[in-house]
Amino acid sequence: MFESLGEKLQGIFKNLKRKGKLKEQDVDSVLREVRLALLEADVNLKVVKDFTKQVKEKAVGQEIWNSLTPAQLIIKIVKDQLTELMGSANSKLTFAPQPPTILMLIGLQGSGKTTTVAKLSNYLKKQGRNPLMVAADVYRPAAIHQLQVLGEQLKIPVFSMGDKQDPVNVCSGAVKKAVGLGCDVIIIDSAGRLHIDEDLMEELKNIKLKVRPHEILLVVDSMIGQESVNVAKTFEDQVGIDGVILTKMDGDARGGAALSVKAVTGKPIKFVGIGEKTDALEPFYPERIASRILGMGDVLSLIEKAEAAFDVEKVEELEKKIKSQSFNLEDFLVHLQQVKNMGPLDQLVGMIPGISNIVGSSDIKVDEKQFKRIEAMIYSMTPEERRTPEIIRSSRKMRIARGSGNSVSDVNKLLKQFKEVRKTLKHVSQIEKVVKKKGKSKFKLFN
Amino acid sequence: MFKFFKGDNWFTKIKDGLLKTRENLTARVKSLFSMRKKIDEELWEELEEVLICSDMGVHTSNMIIEDLKKKARELKIKEPEQLVEHLKERIKECFSNRELGLFTAENKPTIYLMVGVNGSGKTTTIGKLARRLKNSGNKVIIAAGDTFRAAAIEQLDVWAQRVGVEIIKNKQGSDPASVCFDAIQASKARGADYLIIDTAGRLQTKYNLMNELKKIGKIISREVSDAPHETLLVLDATTGQNSLSQAKLFNDTVSLTGIVLTKLDGTAKGGMIVAIENELGVPVKLVGVGETMEDLQDFDPQAFTDALFSA
Repeated sequence: MFESLGEKLQGIFKNLKRKGKLKEQDVDSVLREVRLALLEADVNLKVVKDFTKQVKEKAVGQEIWNSLTPAQLIIKIVKDQLTELMGSANSKLTFAPQPPTILMLIGLQGSGKTTTVAKLSNYLKKQGRNPLMVAADVYRPAAIHQLQVLGEQLKIPVFSMGDKQDPVNVCSGAVKKAVGLGCDVIIIDSAGRLHIDEDLMEELKNIKLKVRPHEILLVVDSMIGQESVNVAKTFEDQVGIDGVILTKMDGDARGGAALSVKAVTGKPIKFVGIGEKTDALEPFYPERIASRILGMGDVLSLIEKAEAAFDVEKVEELEKKIKSQSFNLEDFLVHLQQVKNMGPLDQLVGMIPGISNIVGSSDIKVDEKQFKRIEAMIYSMTPEERRTPEIIRSSRKMRIARGSGNSVSDVNKLLKQFKEVRKTLKHVSQIEKVVKKKGKSKFKLFN
Repeated sequence: MFKFFKGDNWFTKIKDGLLKTRENLTARVKSLFSMRKKIDEELWEELEEVLICSDMGVHTSNMIIEDLKKKARELKIKEPEQLVEHLKERIKECFSNRELGLFTAENKPTIYLMVGVNGSGKTTTIGKLARRLKNSGNKVIIAAGDTFRAAAIEQLDVWAQRVGVEIIKNKQGSDPASVCFDAIQASKARGADYLIIDTAGRLQTKYNLMNELKKIGKIISREVSDAPHETLLVLDATTGQNSLSQAKLFNDTVSLTGIVLTKLDGTAKGGMIVAIENELGVPVKLVGVGETMEDLQDFDPQAFTDALFSA
């Protein structure tokens, strides 16, 4: 998600690590790079300036009493500041004391409103609510049909009055209908519009006046550039928003919009869209995203996801093994299977700490078929081989290759990959030990 | 919304569309240059920021600044204001060496393949392009190659009816490459002049989806040897630096011949075109400057730069 920015910052910090002490001119030179990195990540210029100014003030002040290394200190300050900028806690949706709760999604064309309406409805349905999706985009061809198809897929009712009706009437019609349908949440899909289109902005104001949504959520494409600030500010000033949903975060956009939008509107980012499927929507956790911006990997998110899909005992065992460095191919297999339960793999790979250092973020490509082949190879090994892969020499390799329908070079590749994984894990647990011993860092890699 | 029907020429439209860009950039550049008394490091730094703010990107901005610095030294320019003209010239240079307009094959059908990320405006662009080609007397067929997104086929169908062109489609979830194959056969059989193929929006980092696109490209060139005659990346003008990644990765997958820049009306941006031309050499060929079907225009670098900088 944010690896590119993370990489950039890590590159800067690497240079800093070699220097002994943090001086003001060091801070300046680092901040010049931080500023450019943020600009390149599409963070708005004004936001960047405020940010670097605040970091500088804090960095120079803290040097006096803090005994962290310069790099640790800067990471901490930049990260804290990023977290602060994006809001310090996950901000939940507010529900009306008296149902139905009305949510309205607004935004530019192509930002992903219709898909997000479906994702959000699905998310709420899983939490035991009964959503009603409202097709209020009467302009884009087949927008209503799109919502209806999604509704059918998800078995969620869709309210529509066709494309000849005023969207204001559609919305108020939906509110009247919702109670009869037993729906407690109404989610309105509004038409995409340019923030400078006065007529259409007026229409949003009218819908707002008529149905009084409890939450108006601005849907923002995470790939948006410097314009993010103007868009967010205009929607906020003209219509008023309660929160933001960032979409298409599964790409390689650096996601500077997350910072910019929060900074200019002060409204929290509530959800992020992370994939094509209707369940690819997650709550937004500023703290974690800030860690991710710094290239530290979103371990918290990973663990949360893992909890849903992982067998807890197995995970604990695995973690113990990682720490005791007795991680073997059997564990690797368990790990692979657990990971497979967790969802699309390319999303998960990016969450592993340090991975962006090992491979460039854009190089992370995961072919799920490859995992089946790896499984087959491990299954073709004897238990002894799985536990002590070192004993696998040429004749064993040939047997494994034949047994799994692969070539010897595939087996070699697997063994090499496994060694690398083990090395990485060893490295991770060493870092953790160091961090624990010093007891000075706030960052936990595992908890 | 209907103001565009009055028949303004496209220069006026793009000028309207770029009004904000122009005001933003020119105002900033002007105040920057007129407020400063001398050319110093601070001025260059601020100028760099102005360019970055137009989404031009750090690399391209730096390059332009470096060139401008050199020029200032060579010509012994002392007044900041004199730099404006040189800046304009320098940006125009990025658009030189390019072919204008869309390619038409000698033998029918000419095939255009439209690709891009989700929500960039592919389907709408196809509607507009089909209308343009049909209005100049061509037989046009469009292919509903987005078989993934809910109602994408229906959306294109509506456009086909509006424009009055034939559409080749299959069910949602069917193989897009087979839709392309069918569309090519139909275009040949019916003697269509142009075939425009829609594809599902995909993020450029999705390995499997990009492979699917590669397959579509292969099918097309297998059926018509020099096709697709244009492979156009549809790019949302509000996109920031990710546009470079889009252009690069789509180019690696299907060899882009050009870019269609959409939603150029009402955005303060445009700088990333400069970066894309500069860093990847993929030319912008068409721009979407409004809501109506007529608002798809050939990209004219001269007019674009003028509109960007005219006071």
